[in-house]
Amino acid sequence: MKRIIGLVFSLTMAALLIAGCSSKSAAQSSKLTIVGSTALQPLIEQAAKQYQESNSGASITVQGGGSGTGLSQIQNGSVSIGNSDVFASQVSGINTKKIVDHKVAVVGITPVVNPDTGVTNLSMQQLQDIFTGKVTNWQEVGGKDRAITVINRAKGSGTRITFEQSVMNGQTAIKSQEQDSNGTVQKLVSTTSGSISYVAFSYVTAKLQAVSIDNVKPTDANVKTNQWKIWAYEHMYTTKKADVSTKKFIKYVESAKVQKTLVKKLGYISIQDMKVTKDAANQVK
Amino acid sequence: MDEIKDRLLKPSKATKQDQRGRMISYLSIGLIAILVISILYFIATRGLSMFFNDGIKVSDFLFKTDWNPGKKLVGALPMIVTSFGVTLLAALIATPFAIAVALFMTEFAPKRGARFLQVVIELLVGIPSVIYGLIGLAVVVPAMRIMYGGTGFGILAGAVVLFVMVLPTITSLTVDALKAVPSHYRQASLALGATRWQTIYKVILRAATPGILTAVVFGMARAFGEALAVQMVIGNAAMLPHNLVSPSATLTSQLTMGIGNTIMGTLPNNALWSLALLLLIMALVFNILVKLIARKGRIK
Repeated sequence: MKRIIGLVFSLTMAALLIAGCSSKSAAQSSKLTIVGSTALQPLIEQAAKQYQESNSGASITVQGGGSGTGLSQIQNGSVSIGNSDVFASQVSGINTKKIVDHKVAVVGITPVVNPDTGVTNLSMQQLQDIFTGKVTNWQEVGGKDRAITVINRAKGSGTRITFEQSVMNGQTAIKSQEQDSNGTVQKLVSTTSGSISYVAFSYVTAKLQAVSIDNVKPTDANVKTNQWKIWAYEHMYTTKKADVSTKKFIKYVESAKVQKTLVKKLGYISIQDMKVTKDAANQVK
Repeated sequence: MDEIKDRLLKPSKATKQDQRGRMISYLSIGLIAILVISILYFIATRGLSMFFNDGIKVSDFLFKTDWNPGKKLVGALPMIVTSFGVTLLAALIATPFAIAVALFMTEFAPKRGARFLQVVIELLVGIPSVIYGLIGLAVVVPAMRIMYGGTGFGILAGAVVLFVMVLPTITSLTVDALKAVPSHYRQASLALGATRWQTIYKVILRAATPGILTAVVFGMARAFGEALAVQMVIGNAAMLPHNLVSPSATLTSQLTMGIGNTIMGTLPNNALWSLALLLLIMALVFNILVKLIARKGRIK
């Protein structure tokens, strides 16, 4: 019995020692916690992986949780960086004076329909009418005789805020089913007859019909010149007094190396390629 | 002499062990009590702040049907109706199956068969809810779509998924209830000339009724609180369900959908906490129900 107790005791001590050593070494290096937008998460995860390979001391944790979580966590100062799909000023309850915006990528968003609707082009007005519930059959907008099923994104999701700002013109969307990710929407629209929703460009597959608006095609080139209106920045928010390692990582994400390779590979549009800028009130310059 | 007196007056080793044991258990109880109280306090303050700080009426919250917290519309009735809808429907489908399986396990099956079923049921309990949700999304929803049209999302899909999830809970508790029926009841009934079916129907099931009801309520509590699997198949439309295959939203699905997109301290966030408070109260109601059934339903 005593021997077992002794064994347990020594094992515990050993574990404590090891833990002590590892926490000590971590304290010497920089440790970043990044939380927020799931749309930006894949890019930041990849960038963090590359960054840690070239900077052995850095340790970066990237988590999802949604844009709202990212913004409220950075406002409290409990994380190093808060990722968001929307401007902090578009969200109520965030004190924008406390935080600093870094735009790191652009995402284009396109309406998608199930191919059986027979629609490939809509006017902005028609799109709005569909999402407000004024139009309920595809026949009314030049498609086949099928009922329209609207699939929306969760209230407060970054993609939805962007879509509504560019399309809805202040009107409230019809009550409909909501899904919480691009991936689910993609799957649903491709399998549900007569359905319409919207996804980020990188989620458009052969089973979905991306819809042109006023005969403008949803392409990266059209986003860069703002001919395609539905797009948003991906933001990385820091506190006013961000530490050196935080700034260094954001510089890395903004650098040509990441912007030219990773950003494009993962389906975002590089911030350096944009020929226009947009502010929180959707004013384009 | 003094030595013996000393030893007798001082607490012995066993007494000290006794005290130490009691200390440890009191500490644990205290810790858990603090934990429970702080959770209750936390959810209550957050959940009630919408009514105190934002001037929302409780009746509006409970009986209105417009849910759009961003615009100060927080009618939670659609979620309440849907939550009860999926829960009752799932329990309704699951109970006959559960009783049948439990009867087979306790009254008919040879030992080996019963043990095999036991393993199957334990396996069902152990499957994480996300897997039930995925299967629901890949199999149940498309099946509903083919059979009833529309998107396939809705109360029926949710109830089917929950049926599989609560079946093991209800079954294993029913088995316990049936096993608790004293064997002399069975012997007496058979000795009076009753058939096996008559014995089961008139004696065993009657004696086990409170236990079976408890099992059903536990199953319903599980169904009511299930979030992930339901969220994946319910469609998440915060509106009153028109029928069993129109998309709707439960209290839990609304919580998991919204919590990442809201900011702490704002109305949309507080509204979600109010939903959480409602869930907590319902859990309490289910518990009280179980206690009442156990007390009132005893055979006389």
